[in-house]
Amino acid sequence: MVKIIFGYFAIVIIASALAGITRKNLVYSLCWILLMFIHIGGLYLLLNAEFLAMVQLIVYAGAILVMFLFVIFLLNLKEEIKEAVFIHKWSSRLYGIIFLIFFAFLGVWNFKNNFKGLYSIEFIEKEGHTKIIGTVLFNEYLFPFLILGFILLVPLLGVGIVALRRKTNGTT
Amino acid sequence: MVPLSYYLILSVIVFFIGAFSFLTRRNLIMMFLSIEIMLNSVNISLVALSHYMQDIRGHILALFVIALAGGAVAVGLIILVLAYRNRKTIKLEDFNLLREE
Repeated sequence: MVKIIFGYFAIVIIASALAGITRKNLVYSLCWILLMFIHIGGLYLLLNAEFLAMVQLIVYAGAILVMFLFVIFLLNLKEEIKEAVFIHKWSSRLYGIIFLIFFAFLGVWNFKNNFKGLYSIEFIEKEGHTKIIGTVLFNEYLFPFLILGFILLVPLLGVGIVALRRKTNGTT
Repeated sequence: MVPLSYYLILSVIVFFIGAFSFLTRRNLIMMFLSIEIMLNSVNISLVALSHYMQDIRGHILALFVIALAGGAVAVGLIILVLAYRNRKTIKLEDFNLLREE
């Protein structure tokens, strides 16, 4: 049963990713990628990571794709969507990607998993995923969390600087 | 119980779909979107490895990756809007100021 659910998610993820990168219109492409992000969130639910599934839905499907959509609406792309999708020498890149995917499959097949940590599935189901993530994040990873806050301050300042410059230099 | 290698193979396939799109699309917005596809595939493999190794650190790392992707997309889209304002196009072949004709 779990295999059937995983198969559904995997097929929809691969198919919608392929459909998303080949559409000519950017809005259709974003809608396919939105479908892919939602199914990746479902895959997280299958792996006992409920908090990450909700973060995936809220941040990726809710924030990042809306940001892309607003940029597409801001730009005037009437000429771009009539032209060819790929660059004209794309086949050599395809061969290179197939070559690399071969080595990645070799790495996957030779992977041996012989490590067992503290957080088993029963422990996560007993304590709750959000509580465990919060405990580990604010005890072991407090300093990276603070650095992450400073990194997220940078786009805020960047957006403000760009908007202010346009307001002052718009007439010149 | 699904084996771990299924998740890793799915992650590899989605990662290289994103890499192919990054190398061959002519559009700057699609290049940023394919970076997002690649980050998502890495997140799949992180969460799957963390589930099968019974550890929680992969989830923490995936959370950091999601937050950093939000910041990176914001900065990248600012750069894209500025480039469109200067050159009036987002096609990749038109950004050739440094090329020797």
